[in-house]
Amino acid sequence: MTKTPSATQLTAIKVALFALCLVPVALYVQRWFDDALGANPIEAITRGSGDWTLRFLLITLAVTPLRKLTGLNWLLRLRRMLGLFAFFYASLHFTTYFWLDQFFDLQSIAHDIMKRPFITVGFSAFALLIPLALTSNNYAIRRLGGRRWQSLHRSVYAIGILAIVHYWWLVKADVLEPMIYGLILAALLGLRGWWREQERRRQIAASMPHPMPGAKVIPLVAKSR
Amino acid sequence: MRMPNEQALTPRHQAMRILRPSDILPSEITPRALFEERRRFLLGAGATLAAGAAMWTGLPADARATAAKLGPLARSPLSSDETQTPYKSVTTYNNYYEFGTDKEDPAANAGKLAVRPWTVRVEGLVGKPRSFDIDELLKLAPLEERIYRLRCVEAWSMVIPWVGFPLSALLKQVDPQGSAKYVEFVTHYDPKIMLRRPVLDWPYTEGLRMDEAMHPLTLLTLGLYGEVLPNQNGAPVRVVVPWKYGFKSAKSIVAIRLVEKEPRTAWNKAAPSEYGFYSNVNPNVDHPRWSQATERRLGEFRKRPTLMFNGYAEQVASLYQGMDLRKSF
Repeated sequence: MTKTPSATQLTAIKVALFALCLVPVALYVQRWFDDALGANPIEAITRGSGDWTLRFLLITLAVTPLRKLTGLNWLLRLRRMLGLFAFFYASLHFTTYFWLDQFFDLQSIAHDIMKRPFITVGFSAFALLIPLALTSNNYAIRRLGGRRWQSLHRSVYAIGILAIVHYWWLVKADVLEPMIYGLILAALLGLRGWWREQERRRQIAASMPHPMPGAKVIPLVAKSR
Repeated sequence: MRMPNEQALTPRHQAMRILRPSDILPSEITPRALFEERRRFLLGAGATLAAGAAMWTGLPADARATAAKLGPLARSPLSSDETQTPYKSVTTYNNYYEFGTDKEDPAANAGKLAVRPWTVRVEGLVGKPRSFDIDELLKLAPLEERIYRLRCVEAWSMVIPWVGFPLSALLKQVDPQGSAKYVEFVTHYDPKIMLRRPVLDWPYTEGLRMDEAMHPLTLLTLGLYGEVLPNQNGAPVRVVVPWKYGFKSAKSIVAIRLVEKEPRTAWNKAAPSEYGFYSNVNPNVDHPRWSQATERRLGEFRKRPTLMFNGYAEQVASLYQGMDLRKSF
């Protein structure tokens, strides 16, 4: 039941997923040319690219929990592509701001990054994504070593939080949507934390010497059953 | 009246669309050129603005025939001659949080609002408090077309041909007392058809100082583009205060109260450090989270500088003489 796809099947899955990940941007391009982005197309594109960055970040962060819960370990093979798509949409989001919104006004952009907390936070999240994108290849993993590579890539948790804060701080009053994204992120990070804690306890339990036969163990904390 | 013009215009419309180069932002160039050309043509032919607007949207004339025309409309020297924002943008890009917080939500949801019968109570510190029926309001004073800039606190702007008359004409009817220093606007709230989440403290309320309310620019607004207000734009009656950020211009008003103390207002209650009572358009005082120095006029690609008092400084600056506009933001 937890059948691993063959190499050919995996390639087919990857190609299909790649195409699927391009659908949002394709739809926006089509709507741009159809003049169907509403009264404020630049705002629509800024929002759309931001939404999809956040969604891809969450999808990427969902791979590990999904793998653990389903036992479909091959899902891990899709994670790099999903993460790179998060970066792709983040780049579109940043480019929209840099080009369409600010029109390369470097002074105004620098001012924004320093003075507008939601932009400071958003820009930081984007800047932190860059090293992750650059090291998303086998060469970098070999070069850095698995452990260092992994600790570098754990910064994606912080990036996720920054992205939510960025969204939260930019809305005027209705925080429902950032809250929903935030709850999903909290669940994805919470699961990891919980699993870590389980693992830690398991290791402690495994390293503890067995009590002497016949000795009575007095628990320090009441066990709930 | 409309048919000959429409026939004359249709082939032009198509020709323009075909010739449109795909590498130019359609929202930037085509609509403006088309709009100005058609409007000149229609005005020259003696057609009404409403007809021009209906044709502009590219909808069949029937699609907008349901909106009641208002008229005759007097032109006003207070009108701007800037390019007007297309009817479609004015009526599909709205902040009317009771009907949803996305820009497209009000156009989708405000249809549920029953705008008749409708009465507006004018009360408080007045000699003759009374209610006005909407039909009475429509005839209370000569209707004028007022083409105003609208600057939203979110740093976008429009140019809208409103229809209405000065609020002062209504206030004079009720004989304001000397103790009345402020005007509070209370708007319609019906949880059965409107947002129930407490995004703002419903019902939405707004307020003006008495001299602001009596200013000739302050418009009791009943229509736009020559027709009665679409629901999403605050039907059936709203106020428009063009030198202040858009949220000061309360929609779907049910009561106007003259009071002594500065009234609390919906956005001020939600975030006092971000939305002051005055909320005059001011490029020098930023919103705590974003700059107010520039704005995007809908339909334009590059941002344009925001003008002091939204370009109405000549008319209203004297109202704020001696005030620190950084403190009274």
